[in-house]
Amino acid sequence: MPQYQNLFTAVQVTGPTSDGIPLGRGNDPRVGKPFMLHLAGRLGNAQIGPIYLGSFGVASLIFGALAINIMGMNMLASVNFDPIQFIRQLFWLALEPPAPQYGLHLPPLNQGGWWMISGLFLTVSILLWWVRTYRRARQLGMGTHVPWAFVGAIWLYLVLGFFRPLLMGCWCEAVPFGIFPHLDWTAAFSLRYGNLFYNPFHALSIVFLYGSVLLFAMHGATILAVSRYGGEREIEQIVDRGTASERAALFWRWTMGFNATMESIHRWAWWFAVLCPLVGGIGILLTGTVVDNWYLWAVKHGVAPPYPNVFPAVVDPATLIGGKP
Amino acid sequence: MKAVTSRFLSWAILGAVVLLSGCERPPMLSEQHGYRGTGMVQVKNPRTVEEQAANNTPPFALPAAPTDGPRASQAYKNVQVLGGLSTAQFTRLMVSMTSWVAPNEGCVYCHNPVNFAEDSKYTKVVARRMIQMTQHINSDWSQHVSTTGVTCYTCHRGNNIPQQVWFKKDTSPMGADFMGDRAGQNEPAASVGLSSLPNDPFTPFLLGSQDIRVNGTTALPHDNRHSIKQAEWTYGLMTHMSESLGVNCTYCHNTRSFASWEGSPPQRSTAWYGIRMVRDVNLQYIDSLLGTFPSHRLGETGDVAKVYCATCHQGVNKPLNGAKMVESYPELKTTTASPDVKVSKR
Repeated sequence: MPQYQNLFTAVQVTGPTSDGIPLGRGNDPRVGKPFMLHLAGRLGNAQIGPIYLGSFGVASLIFGALAINIMGMNMLASVNFDPIQFIRQLFWLALEPPAPQYGLHLPPLNQGGWWMISGLFLTVSILLWWVRTYRRARQLGMGTHVPWAFVGAIWLYLVLGFFRPLLMGCWCEAVPFGIFPHLDWTAAFSLRYGNLFYNPFHALSIVFLYGSVLLFAMHGATILAVSRYGGEREIEQIVDRGTASERAALFWRWTMGFNATMESIHRWAWWFAVLCPLVGGIGILLTGTVVDNWYLWAVKHGVAPPYPNVFPAVVDPATLIGGKP
Repeated sequence: MKAVTSRFLSWAILGAVVLLSGCERPPMLSEQHGYRGTGMVQVKNPRTVEEQAANNTPPFALPAAPTDGPRASQAYKNVQVLGGLSTAQFTRLMVSMTSWVAPNEGCVYCHNPVNFAEDSKYTKVVARRMIQMTQHINSDWSQHVSTTGVTCYTCHRGNNIPQQVWFKKDTSPMGADFMGDRAGQNEPAASVGLSSLPNDPFTPFLLGSQDIRVNGTTALPHDNRHSIKQAEWTYGLMTHMSESLGVNCTYCHNTRSFASWEGSPPQRSTAWYGIRMVRDVNLQYIDSLLGTFPSHRLGETGDVAKVYCATCHQGVNKPLNGAKMVESYPELKTTTASPDVKVSKR
């Protein structure tokens, strides 16, 4: 009897590979001859391919490759084209957005121009990839839940690199392309705008981020736990609750008094995941444009509570008369 | 099945060990430094503190010298700064300075053995200026050095050149000049704790006086034009301060608002004066020696080795763990120089 209680799927069904449904007019042929890969089967489906690329996929890959190459070549040039230093310092290297003095004007190539070109290419690539996910979903007769969830991520990306810099009147406000540099930027963003901790949309975004993780763990654990009763057949059990579904529901009602259903749990998951970048993006968009110092905003609106002073009163030396410059 | 799982587990354990190999091992000392529950804590690695102990022990002070007898200016020629001391005091300080700055080279590191009075060695000219600097710091910057004060040893620690100094960075782009500009950041630089922050925050803040404060003073936007990029420069300077003093941000700042002085630890005020003191020292004393130093002592852009927080602090919040070394050398506590002493060129 197959069991589904391991970290990896212990049972693999092998058989003839499937090309998928026939495609209608206006579709390109699928690429690649499908094959079985045992290791892939331990994590997901063993069949690799065929891939549907299509004109949007090809265009997206071209723009994406151009963007990544511009970033990579700039990083390589910054270590004087030394491949060893490129690998050693890779996490530190970056392509920086233009300096503040250029505002929304076009800067010279080496002072942010490359950043603008690669940013544009990356955006085009992402938008084309979105079109592709939408069209593939329609062609398979699916709903468009996946593309609209993807829009959540694209919204946050565009707020960070396009909408907010536009509203602030400076491309310098955007994020650098680089591993550590974009993390340092994130910290500097919070430091500059008076502690993002006090930004309520940032707080909401964290709720949905950690909430997504929690829901994912709860759902995954529940389904694995009742898979011995056929619980992984979730969709059938939306309308035909079997013993697996009943047990899973009872477990949560016993432990916390409330349970999601086989259908609603997926709405919970979708909305938690989508709301994370959605409200996060709103919080970023308001920062600097509408609120300049989130701590002072929180004090003004009674969000930040006063704490007792444990130190002797400290006066800002810059305000003292006769203080050294 | 079993074999696969145990193979997976052994790889996972090996991977975890490799990933953690760069970390400092626990336990750490965590000390509350502020109101409870606000994250105001200082985290220290007791093993690092132990390692630093030897470097932060002040040397044995020579017994105090009699203050009577002929003045140094009468007994010796060309004594421009310390002429008011007795010859015994003067000799004692010279011997001490030798052990602090040039223990291996001895007197001849600064003096011409044939004629101790002449200024033929650049090191002697620099030493004179540095004595003036020490006196200036002790007498005019008590907001930062309090009564603890500084001596030559605070920075030098037995080295000709203090081990922690900085030079201006060569900011010209590397490689092709049409791409690959690093904008003064994005490399694992020790000056900013191996982060990718701007790695020469010293030129704008400890030599120049650019705005360190980037936060707005009102909740809503009102004329605060500081960019996130500027915040990164400030962040770089603060990272240097934190690394140099072996403290967390919360040693000076309150966790809720780094800009707000209300609820900030009093150390922040000391640090504020420290930044101004370093700026003053670099401009008045260090940069003015540009013509004195030989070229091999200069940095890649041809500037003099300059001072920052790490020069004195060397990893601890109070240099030499707060030892009041200057108490034994009262001549370094007051300015004794006649105002017309100039930096003579070789």
